[in-house]
Amino acid sequence: MTSVIETADVVVVGSGPGGAIPAYRLAAAGAKVVILERGPWLETKQFSQSLRIDSYTRIVDYITADGVSVVAGNCVGGSSVVYFAAALRTPSFVFDRRDSAGRRIWPKALTRDSVDPWYDLVEETLPVAQQTWDDVPYPGGVWAAACHNAGHTCNPVPVAVDLDECTNCNWMLNGCRFGAKRSMLLNYLPAAVAHGAEIRPLHEVQTISPAVTPGYRYALTYTTVDAGDYRVPDGGGVIEARLVVLAAGAMATPVLLQRSAPLLGSMPKAVGRYFSPNGDRVSMALMDEAKVHSVLGLERSPGVAYDAFPIGKPIGSMTYDFLDGSRHVGDRYGLQQIYFPTITNILPEGTPGGDWFGPAKKHLTDRWRSWLTILAMVEDHNEGTFGEPPPTGAFIRVDSAAAVSTLSYKPSAATVRAWESSDAAVKKIVEKDGVGEHLSWSATRNYLSAHPLASCRIGDDPATSACDPSHQLRGHPGLFVTDGSSVPTSLCVNPSLTIAALAERASRGIVKHAGALGVQVDTKRTPPPGSGSLRRPR
Amino acid sequence: MIARLSRRRLLWLASIGMTGVPALAHAATIDPPPDPLKLLGTDPIGLLGTSSDPETLTLEAFADTLIPGAKRFPSDVAIAGVAAGPGAVQAGALDFMRYPGTGVGALLPVFAAAVDAAAIAYAAEHGRVPDPTLPPFVGLRYPDRKAMLDGLLNHGGGEETLLWFALAGLVCLGYYTAGHLDTAEAVRRGHPGLKALGFPMPDRDGLWRFSQFSYRRKLARSHPGTTGSGQPQ
Repeated sequence: MTSVIETADVVVVGSGPGGAIPAYRLAAAGAKVVILERGPWLETKQFSQSLRIDSYTRIVDYITADGVSVVAGNCVGGSSVVYFAAALRTPSFVFDRRDSAGRRIWPKALTRDSVDPWYDLVEETLPVAQQTWDDVPYPGGVWAAACHNAGHTCNPVPVAVDLDECTNCNWMLNGCRFGAKRSMLLNYLPAAVAHGAEIRPLHEVQTISPAVTPGYRYALTYTTVDAGDYRVPDGGGVIEARLVVLAAGAMATPVLLQRSAPLLGSMPKAVGRYFSPNGDRVSMALMDEAKVHSVLGLERSPGVAYDAFPIGKPIGSMTYDFLDGSRHVGDRYGLQQIYFPTITNILPEGTPGGDWFGPAKKHLTDRWRSWLTILAMVEDHNEGTFGEPPPTGAFIRVDSAAAVSTLSYKPSAATVRAWESSDAAVKKIVEKDGVGEHLSWSATRNYLSAHPLASCRIGDDPATSACDPSHQLRGHPGLFVTDGSSVPTSLCVNPSLTIAALAERASRGIVKHAGALGVQVDTKRTPPPGSGSLRRPR
Repeated sequence: MIARLSRRRLLWLASIGMTGVPALAHAATIDPPPDPLKLLGTDPIGLLGTSSDPETLTLEAFADTLIPGAKRFPSDVAIAGVAAGPGAVQAGALDFMRYPGTGVGALLPVFAAAVDAAAIAYAAEHGRVPDPTLPPFVGLRYPDRKAMLDGLLNHGGGEETLLWFALAGLVCLGYYTAGHLDTAEAVRRGHPGLKALGFPMPDRDGLWRFSQFSYRRKLARSHPGTTGSGQPQ
C-alpha cells in the first residue's frame, strides 16, 4: 500500500523522560518510532555556562500563567536536560492519597510496592547515584547541620549524576557541560536512536486528528520553528501513526488535546483540569556566618564557615522527617536544600515581611553567598485549570523563552495552610539558636513551580482522570499520555524519577498494545523490571 | 498615554514584538552600540553610561528604584542616590533592556510611557508636584518612586501587572545575571551586580569547577526509615 502522507508505527510527542522511555522501549521492540520535539537538539559541548539571556533560554521556557509561573525544558531530552537531577521515590502515603470524598486518587494498581520494581529499572538505567556526605556540597551540609541542630534527621539526596565526572559547577539549568548529569541525552534517547528511532527537533505538534491512511489511527500536524526565534514558523507537515505517545509536558499535553477535541470528536472532561504545581514552595534563610561556625561547628577553610551558596550540585540534602503518612495531609512535605541561579534573585524579600526591592534588598544581595534556599514540596489539591487553547502551540510566546499560558491556578485554603505549615517548619529549623533568618520569596503573587503535573492524569474514576491506569486517553484507543501530566497528584518529592518509573511501567503495556494493532514488535523483548539496563540492537 | 494595559492591548504589543523585534535586532547590528564589556573595564561605576533623553531617564529611574545606587555625578537626576555603590543602572540595566537577545527593544518606549503615565496618576492622587522639567517619574523623590512601584507591583490589580513585572524582571536580570554579557567575561571584568553577589570566578578556560565543595563530614543522622538506596519509604 502506498500513501502520500508520511507514516510511522509510533509517533512520540516530546522527548523528556515521559517520551524518551516509551520511544526506546518501542524502538527496541522493533517499532518504527518518530519523536517530534518542540525544542532544539543540543549536545554536551553546546551547553553554556552563561547567564546571558540568549544562552540558557534556548532550552528553558519560563511560562507565566494566572496564579502560577512554571519553568520547563524546551529541548531534546526535555526537562531532564535542565533539571537538578534529584532522583527520589515518591513516599508510599502519596500513592494512597484520598480526595475530599474519601476516594482513592491514584489507580488501585499503583502503590509504592507495585511501582518499586519500575523505580529499580530506571535507577539502574539512568543510573542513579547515592551521594555520601563527601559528595554533599556546602549548602547541603549547612542544611543538614541546621536540621540536626533542630532535632531533625537529614539525608543526602540520591541524584542522577555521574559523581566522578561532576565538577560541582552549579550550572545544571543550562544543561551539563561535562556530561555528568544523566539526562535522557545520555541513556534512553541514544539507545532509541540506535534501535532506529528518529528524533526531529524544532517540530511543534499542533493537532491530532483521525488518520486517512488505512491501518493508521492518528494524524499529527506540526509546524517547524526557526532555531533562532521559536515564534517564527518556517515549515510544517503531517505524519500518521498507528499509535501515539503524548509526552509534551504538563503545560503542553492538555493544550494539544484541547485543540484536537473537535477533530477527535470527544475529550475526557479531566483533560486540562486538576493541574498541580507539585506543591512547590521556595523560601530561604540568610545564614549568620559566625553562628554557622559557633553553633553548627562548620568551617570550610580557616576562618570561613560557609560563604558558599553558589558552590556545588544544586540539590544536596533533604529531611524526610515530614514524609510521614501518620501526619495530617497538610503537614506532610519534603524539605530540600536547593540552589537557584541568580535569575530568581528578584524573588526574596529583603527583610522579614519587608520589600523585595529597594535598599534593604540590595543589602541582602550583598550577602548572597550566605543564602540558603529551601524547597518545600507539600500536598496541594490539584487546583489548576487550563482555559481555551491558544491558536498554536502550548502557550503564547511573547519572547523566545517567555510565554503566557491559559492555565489558571488558585490554591485552596488547604493548600495555603500546607505552605504555611512548611514555612513554619523551615523557619523553626533555620532560626534555631539564631543560625539563620528565614525569608519568604515574595516578589510575585504567582506561585513558582519547576514541577508541573496532573493536567491529564491517570486514575480509576473517569470523572476525575483523563487517562485510564494504563495511561491510555479515555475514549481514544492507541493514544497514551506518559509525561508529568499523567501523574495524579503532587508527590512531596521531585517528580522526575516517578515520571520515568510510570513511563517504564506504561511502556510495557504500550508495546503490547502496538503488537495488537499490527505493529511488528517482539513483546518478549519488553524487559520486565529488574532485568537490566539499556540493550544494544542485535 | 497608557495608564492601564488591557490583556488585549498586551497581546497586541506582544504581536508587535513578534513581528517587529527581529527586524529591530537586525537593524541594531548595522550600527552596534558600544561594547558594554569595554565600558566595564574602564568605567566600573558607570560614569560614562548616562543620557538625557526622557525615555532613558525614566527607565533608569525605574531601575534605580528597584536596585538603587550612588549618583554617577552631582546633577544625576535619574539615580536618586539612596544607596552606596553601583546599582542597577551602573550594572547595565538599560544595556540589557536594549540587548537584542531580550527581544523587547521595540516595547521600551511603551514601557517608559506607561511608567510616566502611572507617575502622573500617582502624583495627582497623592498631591505631589513632580519637577516639570523632568519626565514625570524622574520628577518624583525616591520615597514616592518606591511607593508608586510598591502600589503597582505589590498591590495593583488587573493584567497590566504583567507589564510591571516584565519591566522589573529586566532590571533584575541586568543586575543579578548581567544577562546581556557572557558571564565569565562579566565576572572577570567586575560587572557591578555579579561583583556585589560575590559571584565566583571561572577557571582560565571560562568554565566553573569546584574541587573543594563539601565539608566531607556526616552532619546529620539519616532518617531511620531510609531504604538501602537512600530513599524515603
